[in-house]
Amino acid sequence: MPSILAFGRYLPPRVVGNDELAARLGCDAAWILQVSGIEERRVADGESVVTLGVQAARACLGQTSVPVGLVLVSSGTGEKRFPGPAAAIAMQLGLRGIPAIDIPIASAGSLFALVLASSLAATYGNILVVATEKMSAAASMEKNTAILFGDGAGACLVSPGPGALQILASVLHSDGEGTEALHLPLDGPVQMNGFAVIRHASAKLPAVITEALFKAGIPVRAVRAFLMHQANQNLIDRVARAIDVPAAAFYSNIRHYGNTSSASMLIAAAEWFPEAGLGPGEIVCFAAFGAGFHWGALVARAQ
Amino acid sequence: MTITEQIAALVGQISNRPAPVTEDESLFEAGYLDSFTLTDLVGELERAFHIRIPDADLNPRRFDTLARISAYVEKTRRVNHAGQS
Repeated sequence: MPSILAFGRYLPPRVVGNDELAARLGCDAAWILQVSGIEERRVADGESVVTLGVQAARACLGQTSVPVGLVLVSSGTGEKRFPGPAAAIAMQLGLRGIPAIDIPIASAGSLFALVLASSLAATYGNILVVATEKMSAAASMEKNTAILFGDGAGACLVSPGPGALQILASVLHSDGEGTEALHLPLDGPVQMNGFAVIRHASAKLPAVITEALFKAGIPVRAVRAFLMHQANQNLIDRVARAIDVPAAAFYSNIRHYGNTSSASMLIAAAEWFPEAGLGPGEIVCFAAFGAGFHWGALVARAQ
Repeated sequence: MTITEQIAALVGQISNRPAPVTEDESLFEAGYLDSFTLTDLVGELERAFHIRIPDADLNPRRFDTLARISAYVEKTRRVNHAGQS
């Protein structure tokens, strides 16, 4: 069975707090925290999705010394219409010549890349998954959207053999009915019908988590931690209630980074994993929902 | 019970507060509804009135007061039922 060997993350150093953002948007800093659970976010000045992704990948690869056979990169905010950032990230990592594939899926992109990596590892060997986003480049001045996003990158390494987290089961879904609800036009900025996104995310995330756990034969109460796309604290809490587990079981760092789109789930994993002290047999569930709509979940067991 | 009274009862139930009584009061400004409870209300309206509310209609202005919600529900019922006959 495939497994995850390591995680990595990179957050740009510039911190933008709610006071600074509220002054720019003409709203109240306390309101931002109340409606989103976000206190501050990181903004990449003079960095690109490539440089952000390279830093996260280095943090991940620095923990192992295994050869990489494939690179998968998710990003919804690449600077070019084509090519996406995958080949450039691979080159800067010294991985020229091996296939590097872009997965232009925002929000749930890292989960989709992780699931694909778990399927492709038997063919390509160790697969580097990178999720990198510069959401500040797509920022809206519409306050309900502008308050949500931040920049950053996450990474993980998936092996065909044994590793820290053995992948037990996964589920992916897509439904183009949500295409217009959350999208980034070519000339920007991000367009979002937040009510539609919340409506679908609130229903589909609990359902897909339940579906993946059922597929793995794991009861929901047996899950040590849920690592979900960090979209909105209120949404994370709502999903926890829907599947009847304590909110504390859902790791959250959205207060400090905002919604970093597809990068958020791997940033959360990279931050949580070294501190978690996972024991053998403990279960972790990854989940994400977002633009497309695309959504899914993956269940893994600590070795 | 009128449609407006039924909607007021649903808003009270979802917001966990006494049902609103003023038809033109902003339910968002008064704290009855927010981004999340509006989606709950939409689900309850669909069940209670046997209507389908598309994502494109999820505009807070449309659901801001009891009067507006009531007008929307009545119109949607007419359109839905006309589509079925």
